[in-house]
Amino acid sequence: MKRITIASTAAVGIVALLAGCSAGAPSDGKVTLSYGLWDSNQLPAYEQCAADFEKTQDDIKVKVEQVGWDDYWNKITTGFVSGENFDVFTSHVAFYPEFQASGQVLPLDDYIAADKLDTSIYQDGLLELWQDPDGVQYGLPKDFDTIALFYNSKFTDAAGYTADDLASLTWNPQDGGTYEDVIAHLTVDANGVRGDEPGFDKNNVATYGLWMEASGGADGQTQWSFLTASLGWSQTDKPWADSYNYDAPEFADTISWWHSLVEKGYMPSLEAQTGISWADQLIAGKAALVPNGSWMTGYVFDSASDGFAPAIAATPVGPDGKSWSMFNGLADNIAATTKHPDEAWEWLKYLASTDCQDVVADAAVVFPAIKTSTEKAVAAFEAKGVDVAAFADHVTDGTTVLYPITDHKSDVNATMTPVMEAIMSGKSGTDALIAANDQVNALFK
Amino acid sequence: MVTTVATKPIRRSDFRSAMIFLIPALIGFLAFFAWPTVRGVYLSFTEFNLLQPPEWVGLDNYVAIAGDPVFWNSLVVTSEYVVINIGVQTIAALVLAVLLQRFTRSMMVRGVVLLPYLIANVVVALVWFWLADYNLGLINSGLDALGFDRVGFFGNEALAMPTIALINVWRHLGYTTLLIFAGLQAIPRDVYEAAEVDGAGEARTFFGITLPLLRPVLAFVLVITLVGAFQIFDTIAVTTGGGPVDATRAITYYIYERAFGRFDFGYASAMSVILMLILGAVALIQLRVLRANDSDLER
Repeated sequence: MKRITIASTAAVGIVALLAGCSAGAPSDGKVTLSYGLWDSNQLPAYEQCAADFEKTQDDIKVKVEQVGWDDYWNKITTGFVSGENFDVFTSHVAFYPEFQASGQVLPLDDYIAADKLDTSIYQDGLLELWQDPDGVQYGLPKDFDTIALFYNSKFTDAAGYTADDLASLTWNPQDGGTYEDVIAHLTVDANGVRGDEPGFDKNNVATYGLWMEASGGADGQTQWSFLTASLGWSQTDKPWADSYNYDAPEFADTISWWHSLVEKGYMPSLEAQTGISWADQLIAGKAALVPNGSWMTGYVFDSASDGFAPAIAATPVGPDGKSWSMFNGLADNIAATTKHPDEAWEWLKYLASTDCQDVVADAAVVFPAIKTSTEKAVAAFEAKGVDVAAFADHVTDGTTVLYPITDHKSDVNATMTPVMEAIMSGKSGTDALIAANDQVNALFK
Repeated sequence: MVTTVATKPIRRSDFRSAMIFLIPALIGFLAFFAWPTVRGVYLSFTEFNLLQPPEWVGLDNYVAIAGDPVFWNSLVVTSEYVVINIGVQTIAALVLAVLLQRFTRSMMVRGVVLLPYLIANVVVALVWFWLADYNLGLINSGLDALGFDRVGFFGNEALAMPTIALINVWRHLGYTTLLIFAGLQAIPRDVYEAAEVDGAGEARTFFGITLPLLRPVLAFVLVITLVGAFQIFDTIAVTTGGGPVDATRAITYYIYERAFGRFDFGYASAMSVILMLILGAVALIQLRVLRANDSDLER
């Protein structure tokens, strides 16, 4: 008797398991699409988009799934192999070249042409990030990010700087301009002596003027890319280039200047910055000024306290007279494993429309890719009491450099990161960049 | 040959029922150990990025590994970890086990000794990472208050690997102690009584009786902990991520990076095969040298 029960339970279990595997297949004439994203802050907005979308469709349902960053990419890559994957997913330029090169994401050009989609509504440059070297479109832009300076206005007030002072800093790789002056003055040692005053003890700093967020590796997105851009330098000459420019003197000069801040005691050493993240160091008063990305705005401003009054300033103006930012954007891709490509396109198109991006804008978490939605997001941030002009102005002023996108991206990162860490820890000089560049370029041969 | 005739039928019937009981374990072994090993060895001779079918490249991966400075460095830093972790942990566990046996019968104390082992590795690593933070960590605040210089436990190239090794000593000490403690209790009391009658002192008893009689247990503990130590991964993954520079890029972490970070599954498989051979050799040498199979207790 008992044996029979066990056998039948097992059989029921297996049936249930099989049924579970085929979930998502149309059961009542409806197609259920799965949509993946990694940022839990944006989940409510996209669930709203999905609900709105379902109202416009008779036979498509959307299941929004949020998975943390690391597991997210493991799920997607293994999903390509197993065939069980998101139909549509949020994609990042660090991963998508690999997917596109191996045919795991669907090209969109035929759909775009058939629906006569207006692709000029997005912020300039974002569409190009999601094309392959031959110009085939694989993703439609959803949001973008830029770089600005987060600072603690308690410290800048005490040092006698106004918001206007901080918004008009200058920089050059020789003496660091007023950017370095401000950083020096905001640095305070344990005895209360400022970095530009006599008797400053650089080995016993209580508050660093500038925080180093690791070495920046191959991109320096939040660390130094806004400085090098003002010298006319970027990692590559164009998207999908097959060589890098790490051997250029402009880059070496910028990194030398940046490392000199460590020697002067204005910025923690590589050793001293390893540990708790930059944002918490800023919040805890260990740093006065940190350049970082617009995606951190929510976290920083939610942490305001008696000792921490967050504010944002534009990146310093370089020798070319402009303030620069690296520019990166996310897009949605359709997985080649989807069984419902046409329905997936309908959803992707909706995600890339003002209907959905205005909803995302109202959430005031990120900047949507559509120009009019970006303005709505800026207003939504303002309503929360956060002035994000320092981020948003870069796209209207056209002072952005694209995040470097090439083949072998992960190999380039793996090569450059140890080299940059060796330079920033003072173990090797910037001449190591020349050999590193040869090593990087060898990847493309 | 009377015995064989007598045992044969019994053996056959034993074999059949034994097989029935072994089948679940066998299925697990074949599905989760044997097949992945065979597949891993095959992949080590291919170029494979997971998204496209593997392509046979013969010994190319192994040749490339032989000329990869990051791989050789990973062996050096892994060895550094193993030596510090196993050296400190084994000696400390031995001392602690002897103390436990001599001075307390309290289950409470034994429980407390085991406590760190009950906390997840990742949690242990993160808590120490925050405690040891250069600017905000409790340890450095303490050092600063006492007038010492702050120390970049995870950020200093020379200190990062020893720090990680000692954190894992902290976590695994209790478990290792308990294993050795169990071995101590298996040593018959009459041997110690005889030693006492013969007038042997504490040190003489320890080196003349305890250590030799503990040898099989120590051999087991060393093989298990050493093989485990070579596979250090989680603490590195949640703290230094292989840095600063390459100071904590241990072999398993490098394998992970190559496979899941750089989609170089063939290369990563080849390094895994090399690691498997190293671990096999280490375990074999240890078992031979420590004669784990025979005990001095068999009089």
